[in-house]
Amino acid sequence: MSDKEQKHTIVALVADKPGVLTRIASMFRRRGYNIASLAVGQSEQPGFSRMTFVVEGDEDTVNQVTKQLDKLIDVIRVSDITGRETVARELALIKVLATPATRGEIIQIVNLFRASIVDVGTQSMVVEITGEEDKINALYNLLEPCGVIEMLRTGVVAMVRGQANGQVTDDVGMAVIQ
Amino acid sequence: MELSGAEIVCESLLKEGVEVIFGLPGGAVLPLYGALSKYPKLRHILVRHEQAAVMAADGYARATGRVGVCSATSGPGATNLVTGIASAQMDSIPIVAITGQVPRAAIGKDSFQETDVTGITLPITKHNYLVMDVSEVAPVIKEAFYVARTGRPGPVLVDIPKDILLDERTEFIWPENVSLAGYNPPREAPAEQVAQAVKLINEAERPIILAGHGTLISHAYDEVRELAEKAQIPVVTTLLGISSFPTDHYLNLGMPGMHGMAYASLAIDKADLLIALGMRFDDRVTGRLRDFAPNAKVIHIDIDPSELNKNVKATVPLLGDLKMVLGQLVPQVEANVHMDWLHYIDALRVDHPSTVIRETDELLPQFVLRELTKATQGEAIIVTGVGQHQMWAAQYCAFLEPNTLITSGGLGSMGFEVPAALGAKVGRPDKTVWSIAGDGGFQMTMCDLATAVENNINVKFAIMNNGVLGMVHQWQDLFYEKDYFSTVYTRNPDFVKLAEAYGIAGIRVKEKGEVAEAIQQAMEIPGPVVIDFVVKADENVFPMIPAGESVHEMLEEPTPERTA
Repeated sequence: MSDKEQKHTIVALVADKPGVLTRIASMFRRRGYNIASLAVGQSEQPGFSRMTFVVEGDEDTVNQVTKQLDKLIDVIRVSDITGRETVARELALIKVLATPATRGEIIQIVNLFRASIVDVGTQSMVVEITGEEDKINALYNLLEPCGVIEMLRTGVVAMVRGQANGQVTDDVGMAVIQ
Repeated sequence: MELSGAEIVCESLLKEGVEVIFGLPGGAVLPLYGALSKYPKLRHILVRHEQAAVMAADGYARATGRVGVCSATSGPGATNLVTGIASAQMDSIPIVAITGQVPRAAIGKDSFQETDVTGITLPITKHNYLVMDVSEVAPVIKEAFYVARTGRPGPVLVDIPKDILLDERTEFIWPENVSLAGYNPPREAPAEQVAQAVKLINEAERPIILAGHGTLISHAYDEVRELAEKAQIPVVTTLLGISSFPTDHYLNLGMPGMHGMAYASLAIDKADLLIALGMRFDDRVTGRLRDFAPNAKVIHIDIDPSELNKNVKATVPLLGDLKMVLGQLVPQVEANVHMDWLHYIDALRVDHPSTVIRETDELLPQFVLRELTKATQGEAIIVTGVGQHQMWAAQYCAFLEPNTLITSGGLGSMGFEVPAALGAKVGRPDKTVWSIAGDGGFQMTMCDLATAVENNINVKFAIMNNGVLGMVHQWQDLFYEKDYFSTVYTRNPDFVKLAEAYGIAGIRVKEKGEVAEAIQQAMEIPGPVVIDFVVKADENVFPMIPAGESVHEMLEEPTPERTA
């Protein structure tokens, strides 16, 4: 089995029923898979939600994750979109200490990142940023010296560009070894 | 006409062709029992413990290939089903378990006899349901049976609150079909992948078929036999696949792995091609993975995509229903003789006989099982518990018809032997059913002897009574410096008197000379019988590949220092 650990982005269309999230989370826990991030929300089809998972592991492990996900009755379709041309976005709210001495610097950083300030208090500000994971990490690193009080991230949502919708589970791990 | 939720359950079960339900009532499920009493076509068998209900449903399902049904009340009734459900999940057994739940308004309030049974059984069911509206009852039951029996079968639990069973009423509308967008069991495999597999088979010099439980589930035994005979390919059968290929067939090498035939494991070690059919490369089969079948390419056919490439990399994975895929594959396979390979295997059989019973005056369990097979001519249904006697039954009994070995393979749940045998006999009244028990496992579920007596379920119970938890004792003997802590039962009950207390015959056998006669006598008695075979206490199961090791570390004989 290969030992190359890599981040995989998996998108799943699931039935919007009570307990679906529990079923999925329980499967991850039971089989010892780690979810690096998880985002869930309505899809374009009524009665169905779409979830985006970021999972870390070697290829065999991630193949198992997608197959085990697909095995759940309430999961309609699973696609591993890793390595595809994708649009991936995450939203973060960062509450940062803002004294009169640091306020200007924070505003400069925020503008540089095209982020926005959505709340200003006497001692703090809340910054909102949308972007890829790296961009959010970079902003956080710059704000950190000022003193981050709280951060909240939604987890990545991702979509394949153009018409394609990624490799679906039916093909995963089904190749003939030549 | 509007029916209550409970009546709708009964109507739905009739629509599904259910003939028997194993269960035990309680407060929350009582409305269902009130309805059941008015549906005489639905036979209800009252058990003494809910574990027996689910395991009887399991035995029924394995013996008949139909969905087994059990029911229990909320809380403790439902939690008592858990072990049996887990066993059914591990072994892919179709079961529908119906549990009563506290009324909807009481859910989440820590009410009396409330447990979150859908939460508890989430990882051990194929799927489960909490019904929250009476209009869902019929569609959910239809879906539950469909999910349980199709694809890779498994247990499905349906939890129904008491007020839906009792107070809510609606029209009974039986849905015409089930539509589940996310559930499409595969059927045939892609033709080009089948062709790749055919090529590997035709080119192989040392092929082996590994026939697993899927062979039985998919009714693919004829196709497996055709493949084996056409190309002269030896067959090994996993524990759950044992009765899929006749024991007395010259190509049958028996079970491989931890307690398998030495020649079967050694043949796998030399094979250049494994044709794995409806099996999942369990650790008891493979031992240490990196040393398993090091020379072999692998064709793996399974209906569950997550089994392909899970433990062993498949050279050609084939996703589909085994019977259909073999139907595609076998006609393309060329006839072959594999003369050198079969000669090599014959030599292995001679050098590593694996099932020789040594000469002794002591009563050996292996001897008992061989006598039992002689008496039943391999035609009885053998239901085992878990441990040494289970392995000896797999090694020493003959199985000539499909679905005649019923055993808790994956979960390895002791106590399975009593209730599963009851279920098997209820499902197959035409067959002789023997429950091969250990004295340990028997005492876990023997309360349901009463169920056998009450319903005149004609099961013959053979206890391999060695007074120890044999397999654990064996591990202590071999791997824990003979520290026999907590594996010896110093005061077992008198099983003959126990049988008599239940109102059935009990026979005690201590001598070799009495075995055949006792078995004959038991078979002539028209009802359940218990035979207490007082067997040698410290006998170990061989061959043995210690856990996590390979065929090269196999212990074939009890060497002097290893014998207690």
